[in-house]
Amino acid sequence: MRLDAASMYVTATARSLVTGLLAFAAFGLVLLAAGKHPLAAYADTATFVLGSLEGFTELFVRMGPLVMTALAVAIPARVGLFNIGGEGQLYMGALCATGTALALAACPSWLLLPLMAASGFAGGAAWTLLPALFRVKRIANESITTMLLNYVSPLLVGYMIFGPWRSPESASYPQSPQFAEGARLAVLGGTRLHAGLLIAVACLAMYTYVLHRTRWGLEMRAVGGNPDAAEHLGLQVRRYMIVCMAIGGGVAGLAGMAEVSAIQGRLVGEVSPGYGYVGFLVAWLAGPSAWRIVAMAFLFAFVSSVGDILQITQGVPFSVVNILMSAILFSVLCGGKLRTKRQ
Amino acid sequence: MIRASAESRNGGHAAAQPGAPLIAARGIVKRFGELLANDIDAFEVRSGEVHALLGENGAGKTTLSKILYGYYRPDAGEILVRGVAVAMASPAHARALGIGMVFQEFTLVPALSVFENIVLFMQGLPAILDRRALAAQIASAAQRLGIATPLQVPVRALAVGEQQKVEILKQVLGGARVLILDEPTKVLAPQERSALFALIGELRAEGYGVVFITHKLNEVMEIADRVSVMRKGRIAGVVERAQTTEAGLMALMFEGRAPQEVPPKTPRAPGPAALELREVSAVGEAHAMALSGISLRVCAGEIVGVAGVTGSGQRELGDLAMGKIRPSRGAKLLWGEDAGKWSTARVRQAGAAFVPENPIEIACVGELTVAENFALGAPRYRGGLGIDWARVRSDAEAAFAHLGFPRPALDARVRTLSGGNVQRAVMAREFSTGPRLIVALYPTRGLDAQSAQALREKLAASAAGGAAVLLMSEDLDELFGLCDRLLVLHQGRISGEFAPPGFTQEAVGAAMVGAAGVRRAA
Repeated sequence: MRLDAASMYVTATARSLVTGLLAFAAFGLVLLAAGKHPLAAYADTATFVLGSLEGFTELFVRMGPLVMTALAVAIPARVGLFNIGGEGQLYMGALCATGTALALAACPSWLLLPLMAASGFAGGAAWTLLPALFRVKRIANESITTMLLNYVSPLLVGYMIFGPWRSPESASYPQSPQFAEGARLAVLGGTRLHAGLLIAVACLAMYTYVLHRTRWGLEMRAVGGNPDAAEHLGLQVRRYMIVCMAIGGGVAGLAGMAEVSAIQGRLVGEVSPGYGYVGFLVAWLAGPSAWRIVAMAFLFAFVSSVGDILQITQGVPFSVVNILMSAILFSVLCGGKLRTKRQ
Repeated sequence: MIRASAESRNGGHAAAQPGAPLIAARGIVKRFGELLANDIDAFEVRSGEVHALLGENGAGKTTLSKILYGYYRPDAGEILVRGVAVAMASPAHARALGIGMVFQEFTLVPALSVFENIVLFMQGLPAILDRRALAAQIASAAQRLGIATPLQVPVRALAVGEQQKVEILKQVLGGARVLILDEPTKVLAPQERSALFALIGELRAEGYGVVFITHKLNEVMEIADRVSVMRKGRIAGVVERAQTTEAGLMALMFEGRAPQEVPPKTPRAPGPAALELREVSAVGEAHAMALSGISLRVCAGEIVGVAGVTGSGQRELGDLAMGKIRPSRGAKLLWGEDAGKWSTARVRQAGAAFVPENPIEIACVGELTVAENFALGAPRYRGGLGIDWARVRSDAEAAFAHLGFPRPALDARVRTLSGGNVQRAVMAREFSTGPRLIVALYPTRGLDAQSAQALREKLAASAAGGAAVLLMSEDLDELFGLCDRLLVLHQGRISGEFAPPGFTQEAVGAAMVGAAGVRRAA
């Protein structure tokens, strides 16, 4: 029995590896067609990622927000909801955390950082309230409303940094003033690796614990597995939907808080290079498993490193990396399809 | 003309042998994984014959009919249409060969008229239709078969029995020579059933072959010419109706282990009211039947039955009792307290249990295990943040043992269990709390005879032990056998109330179609 499980695990891992390799091979063909050198590009990436402290830690710098935006999708998904608004919720978290950082700049960091985290969480959570409410009242589908709100929060951020919060010392560039030292998350010396990763790990651990060890987790899985039965069993289906959506948005907000606090140290126009969208892919490909969320976040962090390297060494725009992402998505989906067909 | 068109389409095949059965199956074997669903030596339908396929649920009737209709491909064996072996590739192919099937769920487009629904199904029509000629053709076929349904009304305006006639007419005009009717009486009130049997009689007289699928002996004795009795995927016997009796068929169906009849009830004085509705109106979820002016009382120690054509508001009544929908008017009382605003959780906590049909859809979560589903039903397993799984497991084991059910693996996901085992798991959970009110919605639908009987006995025992039972069923025999009183629902209203001496098919049937036989405008 154990042996069976182990061999299944090996097969599954091998299958994921092959799937990933196929995607990279397909992307290589695209690069080749564009007159670039895929093997050189991959070798450069590998050298950068594995051969330098900067490159290696950069993976984890990106994994933090990816894990959190993936949880923003995974938590509502357990009760059957689609949250496509991770990006917008991340921006709201950044916005609210910045407000706290600027307003309470005099506070010591042991007080200010938790307050910033709380307000970031609240900002992200608030951004899901309307979609969740519309969903349980059957006014509009949450996948549409959360996605549309993605376009709203960057505008709010833009308004604040062009207007009320515009930094006086950098008149030419719209951004907020630099945060006080007490508002900065700890960063590992010489790298960009920051304490936001710990927040991500804590969120992930809580997600797994709640889902599999608590009564709430059981009821969440019941609501997601069969909402009709859950309602007949007297579970508070609507309450679960609203709360899980809010917690998901809140975790995305935490990712936004960590970005402004640790990486930028101020609010800028582009808080995230699309973590919310990539996080959706991560969560979607990973399913409910926490380990798979980590694995997929790692994969996509690596993919984004590929984009960086290509930009530098091969002179192609970063957005080319979207082709690689879609190749991965495509091969994973095809793999899943083949598996179900064989059964 | 119709017959000619059916024949001409077979021109491409080897010549049909005159006198051969319309359809015959030889040596059919069909497996689903481990399960042997069908192992049929021979089955045939002759022209002008009503051939009943009789067996309890799960005996393999539907599988065989779906093989005849080209829906499943058999693993072995052959099918002959009028003496010629055919490789049936799909339902479309079956239709082209003159085989039609009427499913329990009709395949009519509600918004289109009867005429349009039938024309949609006719084969080999030109691109531009001669509506008048088609209408004449349909009308003459309808008249021949004694069907008086107007052609221009939309199908959704018709009563179920009328829709079924349209479905049959559609098959006939689509060129079918063999009609497979899958439990056609399930959705009908007794009066509608007589009309269906008259229509089947016309089909027989016209030389069609009819396969009549059922598990009801009295229907077989009334309409069939020959009976194939199925048991565990095999045909246990083929008999001429004229040379058999209900007892003989029972013996074939159950191998002599016929289920016990429920012993006649001894009248008891009912206790205090558990559930009481006073002039309650309620609106169900979208497209559901609205309840209006419902008054009823279910007292401790009694079983109150609710009869009615499926879709008359039974599901809504169950949801109303359990607090899933709330009364928009009138009062709902549970054990004397005003419970109109109680949540489902509170209703359950107060001692109500729910045993529905199709439990995998509305009573448990397929992706969760048996133990997890058990824990979901009772909010009393708190162990700090988590759940006291040791207690859940021991309680679950005790609950299965108490009902005398074999205990499934508690760690098995519910979706891997058979339908009967899912229903047992739900019953074990629902009865484990010692409910004071049991709301049962078609609880025996889809169960094999043994499980259905176990469930009926459990309901009777619960009532004898002082529980109040509200039982909604489409099986009048079941209701007559179990209930102290019987209400009839028709289009969301109570159209009749009966006590044991008045339990007759005729009287209850009249109420099922509305006391004066009124239907929605046709």
